[in-house]
Amino acid sequence: MVLHKRKNKKNKDDEYYLASQWTLMGRKFKKHKLAMVSLWVLGILYFVALFGNFIAPSDLVAYNSKIMNAPPTKIHMYHEGKYIGPFVYGIDMERDPVTKRKVYSENMDEIYKIQWFTHGCEYKFLGLFKSDLHLFGVEEGGAILLMGADSMGRDLFSRMILGSQVSLTVPFAGTIISFVLGIIIGGISGYFGGVIDTAIQRIIEVLSSIPSIPLWMALSASIPPDIPVVRMYLYITIIVSFISWTGLARIVRGKFISLRKEDYVMAAKISGVSNFKIITKHLVPGFMSYLIVSLTLGIPGMIIGETSMSFLGLGIRSPATSWGVLLQEAQEITSIATYPWRLIPLFAVILTVLAFNFIGDGLRDAADPYK
Amino acid sequence: MGNYVFKRVLMFVPTVLLLSIAVFFIIQLPPGDYVTSYVSRMSAEGEVFTSEDIDNLREQYGLDMPWYYQYGKWMKKIITEGDFGYSFSYNRPVWSVIMDRLPLTVAITLIIMLFSYFVSIPIGIYSALNQYSVGDFVFTTIGFLGVGTPNFLLAIILMFASFTLTGDPLIGLFSEDILREGLNFSNLGGFLKHLIIPIVVIGTGNTCGIIRTVRAQMLDEVTQQYVLTARAKGVSERVITYKYCLRAAMNPVVSGLAGSLSSLFSGSTISAIVMNMAILGPVLYEALKNQDMYLAGTILLTQGFLVVLGTLLSDIALAWLDPRIRYAERSY
Repeated sequence: MVLHKRKNKKNKDDEYYLASQWTLMGRKFKKHKLAMVSLWVLGILYFVALFGNFIAPSDLVAYNSKIMNAPPTKIHMYHEGKYIGPFVYGIDMERDPVTKRKVYSENMDEIYKIQWFTHGCEYKFLGLFKSDLHLFGVEEGGAILLMGADSMGRDLFSRMILGSQVSLTVPFAGTIISFVLGIIIGGISGYFGGVIDTAIQRIIEVLSSIPSIPLWMALSASIPPDIPVVRMYLYITIIVSFISWTGLARIVRGKFISLRKEDYVMAAKISGVSNFKIITKHLVPGFMSYLIVSLTLGIPGMIIGETSMSFLGLGIRSPATSWGVLLQEAQEITSIATYPWRLIPLFAVILTVLAFNFIGDGLRDAADPYK
Repeated sequence: MGNYVFKRVLMFVPTVLLLSIAVFFIIQLPPGDYVTSYVSRMSAEGEVFTSEDIDNLREQYGLDMPWYYQYGKWMKKIITEGDFGYSFSYNRPVWSVIMDRLPLTVAITLIIMLFSYFVSIPIGIYSALNQYSVGDFVFTTIGFLGVGTPNFLLAIILMFASFTLTGDPLIGLFSEDILREGLNFSNLGGFLKHLIIPIVVIGTGNTCGIIRTVRAQMLDEVTQQYVLTARAKGVSERVITYKYCLRAAMNPVVSGLAGSLSSLFSGSTISAIVMNMAILGPVLYEALKNQDMYLAGTILLTQGFLVVLGTLLSDIALAWLDPRIRYAERSY
């Protein structure tokens, strides 16, 4: 029995030593509970963003002046004690005699049933084929506002979902840019050394000594106001990638310097392998895990960056929208006090940022699986 | 040590020069210039400009030259006369506009910085020494939330909370009676009350970051061999913790000084815009929107300069704290 146990343990040890670095990392990552939960949360968020046009009941341009600043609609099941399935009442608007503010109430006479897979406004699914199918909607004439309406009578829920398509993809595009810039610039700096290295290091030091938000503000202010949405998006992405690539270039440089003295690099050089191949085949895989960790930890900063810029009106502009744009309406304290649902996009931002932080933490713990 | 400090100070000058070039390059990036935005604003109000007027305005401000020429002129004046240029929108020299708010900006930043060190280091030590205790768990959770929540959003939440609880959103740094009578003993309490939200909002991210660093570092240190040796020799726990472990654990905290200064400037810029605080952030925002380039440039340069100065100080402090660094420098 004892012998058997020991044998079992030995097998396990063998397995441990035989497993590749990535397998071990995966195993260790799975043990980080918060990171796993965050992975699920992000999975759901990205899934919603991908099918955003289908899930959102209306589009970005639809507005209804009759429901300006209307609160979230309640979903009912019973009408006067009788079950008729999920429905919403009509919305009545009155003016408060004292404050002249619009006050909304439910009109119990009008009943609009919630319908699944209805046809509504047209959109291009994934930019490829046209469709007008929506996950849910209400009967003609009614309005369903899961998170209330904004000051132009647009459905906040739809805007938040469609805004997530921008807010959630900016960090990814930014990560790709950081990755490319970081590897190329850091690699050049570390591989060649000398004057080039000194010059690049000075420039990086200077760029990272300007506080990030003022730097972003200055860079965003230089974007011409009347350019198409796609180019706007591209510029914002490049700006937010500033937070990551300088740090990344430093890591890459440090690793290059310590790795290029290794015997196996010398051996490759003597065998006549080209510089480019040595870098991509022999050096980069050696510290890939560190790069991934540092990139993941840079993502929350990018999300905050895009949100802050859009919030200040220096980022994404209408007709496109993002969480930061939605939060512009929550800038003033009186506006939040009267229309608290305007704060909802804020929780989406916090949730996403926290999830990326936890995943980054989990990856950092997992990056060194032999520890 | 002296040699190291000297070399480090010598490197400071080219870094600042490079910084000024980078800042000026960024500031002149926007298409058009102050005259374009000025003319479009004035035309909207009914003023008529001929193209000759516009050219004259440009010439007057020296905006018709290439950017490196403008930069050279700007730098020359800064070095020889201490003149940072002219703010178009304030109609005053840039430096006088900045001096209105710089002392308060620096004071607030320093208060917040001191606050975050005073709070975070003891908490970090406590968390490390009582790992997995209830207190550690609470602080770690708060730490995660603090790092995760963007500054300005926290500002909105806190102002909203303060407004619903007390009816006073605590906007701005000074309440109305302070603005009327100036700061005196009777309204000092009110002033301090207005400081709470800025300190919490701007300092939280930084504080939580330091807590996490100190905790991780201390946890690394207390398992080292030398701690065991010291304990075996009968050194008291107090001395082990504060004289040995803490000194080693402070290393990344000190080297992160410039980073936290930078993040405080970052945080205070956007939070000040949201909370309407009379510091440099809102001025920078307006200057960037109006293309008031010398004003915006000087603010960016000042903040960058302070961060570079912070890097210098933290490098020197690090060399003093950790002998390995100055010896490594010497053997170079």
